[in-house]
Amino acid sequence: MTSLTVTGLNKSFGALKVTDDVSLSVEPGEFHAIIGPNGAGKTTLISQLSGQLRSDSGAVRLGDHDVSRLSMPERVRLGLARSFQITSVLPGFTALENVALAVQARDGSSYRFFGRVSDESPLNGEAMTALREAGLDRRAHVLAKSLSHGEHRRLELAIALATRPKVLLLDEPLAGVGGEDAEAFIENLRKLKGRFTMVLIEHDMDAVFALADRVSVLVYGRIIATGAPEEIRNDPEVRAAYLGEEEGEAA
Amino acid sequence: MTELTATATPANRPALSGRVKAALVLFVLFALMPPVASALDDPFYVLIGTRIIAYAIAAMALDLILGYGAMVSFGHAAYLGFGTYAVAILSRHGINDLFLQIVFAMGISAVFAFVTGAISLRTRGVYFIMITLAFGQMAFFFFISLSAYGGDDGVALAQRSTVLGMDLLETNFGLYYVSLALLIGLFFLCHRIVGSRFGRVLTGVRENPTRMEAIGFSPFRYQLTAFIISGCITGVAGVILANQAQFVSPAFMSWHKSGELIVMVVLGGVGTLAGPIAGAVAALMLEEWLGHFSDNWKLYFGIFLVLMVLFSPHGITGVLRKMGLVRGQE
Repeated sequence: MTSLTVTGLNKSFGALKVTDDVSLSVEPGEFHAIIGPNGAGKTTLISQLSGQLRSDSGAVRLGDHDVSRLSMPERVRLGLARSFQITSVLPGFTALENVALAVQARDGSSYRFFGRVSDESPLNGEAMTALREAGLDRRAHVLAKSLSHGEHRRLELAIALATRPKVLLLDEPLAGVGGEDAEAFIENLRKLKGRFTMVLIEHDMDAVFALADRVSVLVYGRIIATGAPEEIRNDPEVRAAYLGEEEGEAA
Repeated sequence: MTELTATATPANRPALSGRVKAALVLFVLFALMPPVASALDDPFYVLIGTRIIAYAIAAMALDLILGYGAMVSFGHAAYLGFGTYAVAILSRHGINDLFLQIVFAMGISAVFAFVTGAISLRTRGVYFIMITLAFGQMAFFFFISLSAYGGDDGVALAQRSTVLGMDLLETNFGLYYVSLALLIGLFFLCHRIVGSRFGRVLTGVRENPTRMEAIGFSPFRYQLTAFIISGCITGVAGVILANQAQFVSPAFMSWHKSGELIVMVVLGGVGTLAGPIAGAVAALMLEEWLGHFSDNWKLYFGIFLVLMVLFSPHGITGVLRKMGLVRGQE
C-alpha cells in the first residue's frame, strides 16, 4: 500500500488561481473523496496529481517517491493511474484491446514487432479480469466507439485497474450515469475498496458518502475542510459553501 | 480456469485476413503480368511493372506511419533518393551486391529518419507535414549540389546490382521477380508489425495519445521507431528504382514524388497496407494510360482523385468493401 502526499500545490491560468496551496495526505489503502462545487478546480487538481498538467509549485509524493517532476507515463509506471471525467478511450479498439494495451504497458516490452498481440493469452486474460471487475466482461469484443455512455465509464475504470495502480485517481467515474446503473457501479467500486489507495472526485453524494473513508472539500482551488464523511456533512462552513445548496436542490 | 481460456480467445478480426487476402490477389496478378506481357509482345511493361512495384513498396511503407501512426510525412521521397544514391555511390566504389546496397540504403535512411523524425515529432498536424517537407527539400538540394555524382544532372549506372555475385537482375524479368519477392517479403513484415505489440501501441497513439500516456506509454519513442522503419523500407524501394532506371538523379527526391506517394496511399486506402499497393498500381497505370490520350493527363488524374476522395474516403479499399469483395471494420 502506498500513500499519496500533496504539499503546497499551486496552479494558475493567467490571473486565475485554480489550485491554491493545496495540501493533502491520503493514507495507504484509504478511499479519499474530493468534493466541491462546479469550477472548484477538481479536475485541474487531478491533472496535476497525474502529471498531465505541470504545477507552478508544490510537491506530489507517491509513497517515498517524489513524483513532482515526472511525466504522466512515468508516474503511471510507478503506480499512479487516473481515469478521465470525459471518456478518453481508443475508439477503434475493442473494449478488450483497450484494456489489454494497459496491461501491456507495464508487462514486458512493447518493442516486439512480430508476434501477434491478439494471440497473447496472458494479456487477454488479465484484461478480462479487469473488465470483469468493472462489470464489462460481457462486452469485451465490442468496439469502444459502439459502447454506451455507461459502458464507457466502466471501460475507463477497467483500463485504470489494468495498470495495476498503487494509487488510483478517479475523476467523476459516475458522470452521467444514473439510477440502477449508478448503484451497480458504486457496488463495483466498493469491492475495490482497500485494494489500493483511491482518490475520488465525484458529484454523486450518495457515492461519496457510501464509499469514502475521508472527504476533502475543495472550493475555489482551496481545501476548506477534510474529515470523516459525518464531520463533513455537519461542518457549517462546508454546508454554507456547498452541501447546503445540494441538499436544498434535493429537497 | 476454463472460463479464463474461453474468454481469452482473441476477437475475430476479419480486417486482418481481409488484408492478407487482398494482398495475395495482388501478388498473384503481379506474378502473372510478365508472361502475359510477353505473350502480347509488350515486354516493355515488365520494366513499367518494376517501377510500379518499387512505388508500391514506398507507398506501403508510408502507410505504416501515415495510416497506422497518423504521421503524414511529406518528405518520404528523400528515402527513395537515399536508396537510389546508395546504389550509385556503392557502385562507384565497385560494390554491386544488392544485399550490401540495401543495407547501405537502410543505414542512410535510418540515420536521416532518426534525426529528422526526432525533430519533426515534436510537432503535430500541419506543422509535422511542413517540417518533413522541409527536411525532404534539404536532402533534395544536398544531392543537387553533390557534383561528384552529377549534381542536378544525375549519374547513369554502369550495371545493375548483383545477387550473391550472380547477375540475376540483368534481365528485366529477373529484376521484376526479385523486386516482387521484396514487395511480398516487406508486405508480410509490415503486416506482422501492425499486428504486434508494437503495432498496437502505434495504432493506440493514433487513436488517442493522451490515453496512451495515461496508461504509461510515452508516444514519442514508438512514433520515432515507426518513422525509422518506414524510412528504411522506402530506402529499399529506392534501390529497386535505381536498378529499374539504371540512372540516378535528385528528381527521385523532389517533393512532387512525396506528394505522389501520399496520393497512392490515399487512393488505395489509408491504414490498410494492401490498399496503397493497389493505389500505386492504379496511380501509375492511370498515368501511363491517360498519358496516351492527352498531354494534360494530370488534369484528368486530378478530377479522378477528387471524385475518389469525395465518394470513397477509404479509397479503392472502400470501393471493394462497398461491393462486398473485401470485409472490413468500417
